[in-house]
Amino acid sequence: MCNQSVGLIQRAIEEVGISTVSITLLEDITKKVKPPRALLVPYNLGYPLGEPNNPVLQHAIIAETLALFECDDEPPILKVSQQREEK
Amino acid sequence: MGMPFLRELNPLIRFFMRFYPGKQYNTTPHTPLRIPLNECKVALITTAGFFLDGQNPFELNDCSYREIPNSIQTDKLKGGHKSSAYDEQGIETDPNLAFPLDRFRELEAEGKIGSLNHRHFSFMGSITKPMALIKNTAPEVAQILKADSVDVVFLTPV
Repeated sequence: MCNQSVGLIQRAIEEVGISTVSITLLEDITKKVKPPRALLVPYNLGYPLGEPNNPVLQHAIIAETLALFECDDEPPILKVSQQREEK
Repeated sequence: MGMPFLRELNPLIRFFMRFYPGKQYNTTPHTPLRIPLNECKVALITTAGFFLDGQNPFELNDCSYREIPNSIQTDKLKGGHKSSAYDEQGIETDPNLAFPLDRFRELEAEGKIGSLNHRHFSFMGSITKPMALIKNTAPEVAQILKADSVDVVFLTPV
């Protein structure tokens, strides 16, 4: 339930007036918790930033997540990452 | 590796997740980002259950948190919560996979974010009884971050 915990903590932080973004691995849970901004990544549990020791991929995912701040949609914003899943 | 569809998880976890009701909300809090990211003070939060030497390890269903100073070396992070729901080898190899502090240090050095807060926070994952998280510890950390004048929080599950 890591993804649920992230959403619950995220809601609490956004509620005090701080802008938040998160990564999620479980679409259904995030759709229920409705955090303001989340990026759905195509990886297994345990691998939210894709691959260990792959700074290029990790930066790409972080950049996609931070880009949610530029999205004009009304929160909750849940976007699917453009990264391809690993083979 | 692929999408974490329920069919890929082990049968017990799959059964649990199908029937675990979870928290459901109809509304979303919203604080628009009013200044550019390169002027923002950023803090990180992970639910990977990391802790440091001298801090208590997390227990199951533990809603408490550990403060992670911004000055730490990421290879000093311990733990990462054990769960049959996922493979912990990745975060043991590279904690940045679920707590990307080194990546955010690079963004700070490149001027893409304003600065990193002097502290970050680690929570446990796999919390099936989140009431204490919702009522106490999450709002407490929110107030700490507000007092630190943090503008942006980046959260990562495991």
